[in-house]
Amino acid sequence: MLDGLSDIKNRIVSSSAEEVVASYLERIEKSNINAFTCIAEDAIEQAKKVDSLDIEGPLAGVPIAIKDNISTKGLSTTCSSAILEGYVPPYDAHVIERLRKAGAVIIGKSNMDEFGMGTSTETSTYGPTLNPWDTERVAGGSSGGSAAAVAAGQVPVSLGSDTGGSVRCPAAFCGAVGLKPTYGAVSRYGLVSYANSLEQIGPLANRVEDVAALMDVIGTYDNRDSTCVKHNAGYTDTLQDGVDGLKIGVPDEYFGEGIDDNVQKLVWDAIGKFEDMGAEYTKVSMPNTPYALAAYYIIAMSEASSNLARFDGTRYGNRSEGENWHMMASKTRQEKFGAEVKRRILLGTYALSAGYHDKYYLKALKVRTLVKQDFERAFEDVDVLMAPTMPTPAFKIGEKMDDPLSLYLSDVNTVPINLAGVPSISVPCGFSEGLPVGLQVIGNYFDEATILKAAHSFEKNTDHHTKLAAEVV
Amino acid sequence: MITKEQVEHIGWLARVNIDEEDASEFASELSTVLDYFGQLDEVDTSDVKPTYHVADIMNVFREDEPRGSLEQDAILANAEEVQDGYIKTPKII
Amino acid sequence: MVYENPDGVMVGLEIHVQLNKLATKLFCGCSTDYHTSQPNTHVCPVCMGLPGCLPVLNKRAVEYAIRIGLALNCEIVEQTQFHRKNYYYPDLPKGFQTTQYDYPIVSDGRVVIEGEDGEHVVRIRRAHMEEDPGRLMHMGSIDRSKGTLIDYNRSGMALIEIVSEPDMRSPREARRFLDKLRNILEYLDVFDSTLEGSMRVDANISIGGGDRTEVKNISSHKGAERALLYEIMRQKNIKRRGEEVVMETRHFDEARGVTISMRTKEEEHDYRYFPEPDLVPMRVGSWVDGILETLPELPDARRSRFISDYGMVDTHAKALTSDIRVADFYEEVASKVDPAAAAVWVSDVLKGELNYRDLTIASFNVENMVKIIELVASGKITEKGAVEIIRNILDEGGSPMDIVKEKGLLKVEGDVVDEAVGEVLKENPDALEDYFAGKEKSLNFLVGQVMKKTRGRADARSVREMMLEEIDKNYR
Repeated sequence: MLDGLSDIKNRIVSSSAEEVVASYLERIEKSNINAFTCIAEDAIEQAKKVDSLDIEGPLAGVPIAIKDNISTKGLSTTCSSAILEGYVPPYDAHVIERLRKAGAVIIGKSNMDEFGMGTSTETSTYGPTLNPWDTERVAGGSSGGSAAAVAAGQVPVSLGSDTGGSVRCPAAFCGAVGLKPTYGAVSRYGLVSYANSLEQIGPLANRVEDVAALMDVIGTYDNRDSTCVKHNAGYTDTLQDGVDGLKIGVPDEYFGEGIDDNVQKLVWDAIGKFEDMGAEYTKVSMPNTPYALAAYYIIAMSEASSNLARFDGTRYGNRSEGENWHMMASKTRQEKFGAEVKRRILLGTYALSAGYHDKYYLKALKVRTLVKQDFERAFEDVDVLMAPTMPTPAFKIGEKMDDPLSLYLSDVNTVPINLAGVPSISVPCGFSEGLPVGLQVIGNYFDEATILKAAHSFEKNTDHHTKLAAEVV
Repeated sequence: MITKEQVEHIGWLARVNIDEEDASEFASELSTVLDYFGQLDEVDTSDVKPTYHVADIMNVFREDEPRGSLEQDAILANAEEVQDGYIKTPKII
Repeated sequence: MVYENPDGVMVGLEIHVQLNKLATKLFCGCSTDYHTSQPNTHVCPVCMGLPGCLPVLNKRAVEYAIRIGLALNCEIVEQTQFHRKNYYYPDLPKGFQTTQYDYPIVSDGRVVIEGEDGEHVVRIRRAHMEEDPGRLMHMGSIDRSKGTLIDYNRSGMALIEIVSEPDMRSPREARRFLDKLRNILEYLDVFDSTLEGSMRVDANISIGGGDRTEVKNISSHKGAERALLYEIMRQKNIKRRGEEVVMETRHFDEARGVTISMRTKEEEHDYRYFPEPDLVPMRVGSWVDGILETLPELPDARRSRFISDYGMVDTHAKALTSDIRVADFYEEVASKVDPAAAAVWVSDVLKGELNYRDLTIASFNVENMVKIIELVASGKITEKGAVEIIRNILDEGGSPMDIVKEKGLLKVEGDVVDEAVGEVLKENPDALEDYFAGKEKSLNFLVGQVMKKTRGRADARSVREMMLEEIDKNYR
């Protein structure tokens, strides 16, 4: 079983932060799963500082991997895109400020799908991150590096971001725990925007309690993000063991066509386990689920087409030659963006353009309302919803790259959560032919406490999280 | 269906240069996806309001108090071309 | 009298006003005090559009916008939000401008100007908030430049874009509207018109119900008048040739005083507006009453007050209130000396001397004006001497008393003048004869001679009276 935060704290007390960080750096060094886009050269320095100044924060000396779309002052932030090669932010994201204050050691930036656009980390300009359980398979995405690094024991905790499942999908594929917080719970200041109205930064770890500990650090109010909501935090404090009387809703629509039989079985087994632990379940219907995927992609692409407009080769990042500014920008974006990013920019531009705005963009926002209402109705009767995180276990590298739509379809169970803005956690619930499968526990707005409690209790009563991936060195 | 010409037009709007051969490929890929998006037509949304923000918050402001700016060097460090404190780019037209 | 508008001129204006009296930009905490600074020194991750940055709205900017709306007699919107206007240009660091779209913060207002035929109403369609882009410098002319230099200090400054209905019927009315607008905005204390680029104008113009053209790049009120005069002439010539005016955007070349077709392939605008997801809606209807209470006195109200409080004539009241700095200057002077005299001295004399020199009221101080008026009132100097002091201060500096001493301007009276009158009459018998022969002008000559003898320190009017008295007494 991999070390959790409490183990690391003990190790730091008995040795030093420097030694602990060095041991993780060594693991990263030895690995070949391509989880990182860059390693912080000052990682050991940061650890030494913790040792010498006796820094006492809740994460003092804990090494952490940061998804490469979260701005880190002085440390390259590329979103795994060639267009941002060489870009070094002059400022820290809110979550990074909070982590530094808590004593965490930023050990490096983790690989991802280019600008978060993918479900497999295959669209990264640095190549795919390999799944630690089977290196012929994808790690999931877009926070593939963050999940794989955690599952391979290269860091105990990491940060990802989740726009339509980007924390939960790789967590499920790699056998890690990943939380997508309620929209507004974590400041997005410093997170390079893909789809602003959908995404949140979220923690990944091998234990639910470590995810909660990270939320305590990053989930504080920040007035630099106008969509950040003041709320009562204390994620660790409310982390009780026990689900007696918990009302679980199981939405039929999340077990539909395309959901692998083994996956369905493992999720039902997990729900059975909850029953054994004193919870009760009912089936619920969320009729607008089938339309969530199309609505999600239209909104995400529309916002993305505008968010990515700033990458024009003028102020930062890479530039191609062009006879005038417009040609320079146009060539830069042709040559430095990958195919999937360009597809999404074009589709988003189309969906917002004159004549199509109402048919696509506005329509998608109305469907979003219906999807949100599905959740509001469901939570009138139940405390949490449970469903498979991903329709299948991790697929083979290259398998879906030529067919964008089939790739989009794997997000079918994760995107409705982002449309509604509710929190959701993916926890390991077993293995299908040696590959991890994730159970998704979805909660009501700002009720992370309940889904963390459910996931924590499940973890305490199962041993899925104790299994080690093949690539743990 | 989206045509090659439409793809080129969108490419210009989005400042993504598109080569001749890429245009056909994009046209077919984009058409497939747009076709899938078309299923939203089935949903009756006549009385439904759009959701722009899931969090029901309003009136978020900041006081009119200076917070300081970055050093000029920090801003210019990431630019490809710089001259006399300005960021330099190719001419516009 | 009713203005006929013979050419059927219709002018509408779009005015970008920079809210440069704010301490910070619209969406970030960068200082607005960049006008004399090095390029790219008043920028932060937000106004540079660095990846990951988010806007947070300046509350006071919203209050200013409402203040402007109230002063322009507008409706204030109940609830609104910002939109993204997507287009590519190197001065736009995010690739979109954060602006307002379907619900401008204020709309449906009116401004009364002095029109061609008396009071004339110009309707305000809307005014919305948006951010200013950075500033571009072309290395050489725009079309033959070697490259473009960008300074983002201006990027993110709060702008109000005020859009009028096409209610102005002549270039002069357009200029008067702009003057009035500037005056109102300065009274509101939301912007300083003296800073470069604080007010930028685009004009729509049509004649005889034809298609309109849009003239961009107008940087002054005088420029607006000139651009419109040129454009009317151009459009009339087109119609005279039997052709139609083409709807297009034209660029005003200030140096040559002509408008030029932009000639670029008229790219179809598709701004793909959508609500800014990084900002939340605002509901500001409840702010209106509070802002209304703090609304300062506006030019028209002040003009009426000047007439009633100080008993001045309307032309003086208008002249003194058409610029808040002049009005403030006047009231300070008027609090220390006779307000009626102050009105004459400030509006007729001082403003004339300032205009002649292209100076503003800032070039003169209240203490000096007060002193000069006191010197005249106490009979120590003549009016002519006072004018000389004002000119001297403007041209060379110095204080009134020093100039009085240096130039010997203290007024002379009584015996000295008596003596001079006697002498002049004795020395100029021919002129006296001419006067008796009915040549009124020769009296002026004689008075002039007395002024010369007293080096201008005598009061011309009393010299004239004394002269007539002396002629009646001793020469008839």
